[in-house]
Amino acid sequence: MNKPPSITPSIEAERSAHPGELFDDRGNLDIDRLRADFPLLARKVHGKPLVYLDNAATTQKPLPVIETLDRYYRMHNANIHRGIHAVAEEATEAFETARKRVAAFINSPSERSVIFTSGTTESINLVARSWGGANLKPGDEVLISHMEHHSNIVPWQLICAQTGASLRVIPIDDHGQLVLDSLDDLLTERTRLLAITQMSNALGTINPVSSLIKRAHAAGAKVLIDAAQSVPHLGVDVQDLDCDFLAFSGHKVFGPTGIGVLYGREALLESMPPFLGGGEMIKQVRLDGSEFNDPPYRFEAGTPNIAGAIGLGAAIDYVQSLGPERIAQREAALLAWGTEALGSVPGLRLIGTAAQKAAVLSFVLDFAHPLDAGMILDRQGIAVRTGHHCAQPVMDRFKIPATVRASLAVYNTEREIDSLVQGLEKVRDLS
Amino acid sequence: MTITQHDAAEELVEAFALLGDWEERYRFIIDLGRRLEPLDESLKIEAHRVHGCQSTVYLVPRIQSGDPPIIDFQAQSDAAIVNGLIAILRRIYADRPAPEVLAFDAHGLLKRLGLDEHLSPTRRNGLHEMVKRIQSLARRAMESAADADARPSSC
Ligand SMILES: Cc1ncc(COP(=O)(O)O)c(C=O)c1O
Repeated sequence: MNKPPSITPSIEAERSAHPGELFDDRGNLDIDRLRADFPLLARKVHGKPLVYLDNAATTQKPLPVIETLDRYYRMHNANIHRGIHAVAEEATEAFETARKRVAAFINSPSERSVIFTSGTTESINLVARSWGGANLKPGDEVLISHMEHHSNIVPWQLICAQTGASLRVIPIDDHGQLVLDSLDDLLTERTRLLAITQMSNALGTINPVSSLIKRAHAAGAKVLIDAAQSVPHLGVDVQDLDCDFLAFSGHKVFGPTGIGVLYGREALLESMPPFLGGGEMIKQVRLDGSEFNDPPYRFEAGTPNIAGAIGLGAAIDYVQSLGPERIAQREAALLAWGTEALGSVPGLRLIGTAAQKAAVLSFVLDFAHPLDAGMILDRQGIAVRTGHHCAQPVMDRFKIPATVRASLAVYNTEREIDSLVQGLEKVRDLS
Repeated sequence: MTITQHDAAEELVEAFALLGDWEERYRFIIDLGRRLEPLDESLKIEAHRVHGCQSTVYLVPRIQSGDPPIIDFQAQSDAAIVNGLIAILRRIYADRPAPEVLAFDAHGLLKRLGLDEHLSPTRRNGLHEMVKRIQSLARRAMESAADADARPSSC
C-alpha cells in the first residue's frame, strides 16, 4: 500500500526507528550515536574538529528536524487554514499537529493555549503589549530580576513607559542567585506581573520558580516565565508550575530558528486584545470594524512560520525520544566535569556559582580579555561565546565587561570540555 | 613621516609572509600591540569610545591642519589582539596626509595579511569601526580645509 502523503506518519516512522539505536544495553545514552544525528558536529573549523560549546545561543539540529524541513518544502508546502485543496490540508494538519505536540510537551491543558511566535522575544513582547497595554496603569509595578536577558527587560521598560507603571528588580547575590529576602519588600499589592527567567543564560542559575509563582499569585500578581533556557535543559510542565504565561524558542531546543511559543492561560488569552493585526487573526473584517478570532489564532496574524512549527514538532519528538530526564542527567554530569576541569585552570574565575544551575560555564580570566580568549579558542576549533550575552545588568552586577561562556548540550562530551581547558592554556601561552 | 604608506604596507606584508601558522600570527599581532604607547587615562572618555567592539576601544584623533591636513591618532583597547590590530592601523594611517588615508585600500591590505576576516562588521573586534572612524576623521579634516580655502580672505 502507498504511504499517505502526510508528514506526520513519516515523522512517526523515524521516531520509532530511533530509540534502541541511541541507548546502550543499560538504557544510557550512547553519545557517539547521538552525535551522529547532528551532521554539523562532524564539521571542521580552521582545520580542527569543531567543539561546539555555544548551545545557549542556539543548538545544532538533528537529522529528523533537518529531514522534516526538507520533506515539508519538497512535498507539503502550502498556506494553511484557508485552503480547500489537498496539499493545503496536509500542511494545515501538520501545523496543528505540531501545536498539539508542543501542548503535550509542556503539559498545556489545551492546545488553544499554545501560540506560535517567532521566538521568546516576540512571545514576551506579545504579553507586554497586549496584556500589559490593557492592564497596566500608573502606580502598578512589573517585577523582574537582575539576571534577565534583555528580551525580558526591554519590553517591560517600553510598556511601563507607555502606561506609567514602574519596573522593579529582584537583586542577585555574588553567586548569581536571587536574593529572595528582598521579595518581602518587592512583591506587594502593586505588583501586577512577575516576569522572570527559570534559568539564566549568562550564569546558568536555576530559579525556584514554583515557589515564586505561588508567592506572586498570593500577592495577586500574574507570572510570566522566560523558559528559553529551561525548556532545553530541564523541561517544563505549565500545570505543575501554575504559571500564567511561559515563553520559549524552538532554536534552543534543537528546532529551527524563527519559531517560538507563547503559552498563556486560556481564560487570560481570551481576555487579551490582539497584538498584531492582519489575516488569520480575525473572524470578520468590515471597514467600520473587525471581529477578532479566538486564541490562539487571535495572536497569530499573517502567514505563520509553517515549516518552523512543523520542524519544532520534530525537535520535540526528538527530545521526547531521548527523555528530558536523561538529558538533564547527562548534562548535570557534564556540568560537574566542566566545573571541576575549569576550576583547575589558574587565573580562571567562574561567574555564576549558584547551588542550582545547569549547562552554563561562564568565566573570566586574569590573563586574557574574553575577546582574546574567544578568538584564540576559535582558531582551535572551539566555539564559545564572549561578551555580555544580552544580559548587561548581570555584567554590571559583577563589575566585569564580559565573560567567556561555554554552554553545554546533551551531545557534548567530557573530551570536548578537556579540549576547552587545553585551549585555554594556549590562550595563556599567547597572552 | 618616516616611510611611505606603500612601504609600510609592504613591510607588513613581508613580515606576515614569514609567519607560519595562526599561532605565530597571533603572537606577532599581540606583540605589536604590546609596544603600543598607552593612552592616558584622562583621554578614555565616551567621545573617544569606538563602539562595535566587545572590548573597550578608545581612539583619540590628533590632526595637524594644513594643506593637506595630516591625520594622526592614538588608540587603545583592553584586549591584546585588538591592540595588535590598532598597531597595524597606526602603521598604515598614522601621521599620513588625509588624501592618502582616504585613498588607502585597507581591505586589500588586510586580505594580503590574512586578516580580512577581522574586518567584517559582524566580528565585533572593532577593526571595521576603527577604519571607518579614521576615514571619517580624514574626510572631515579635508572638508574643513576646503571650507577655510573658500572663506573670503580678510583683506
Ligand atoms: C533566557 C533567555 N531569554 C530570552 C532569549 C531570547 O530568545 P530569542 O532570541 O530566541 O527570542 C534568550 C536567548 O538568548 C535567553 O537565553
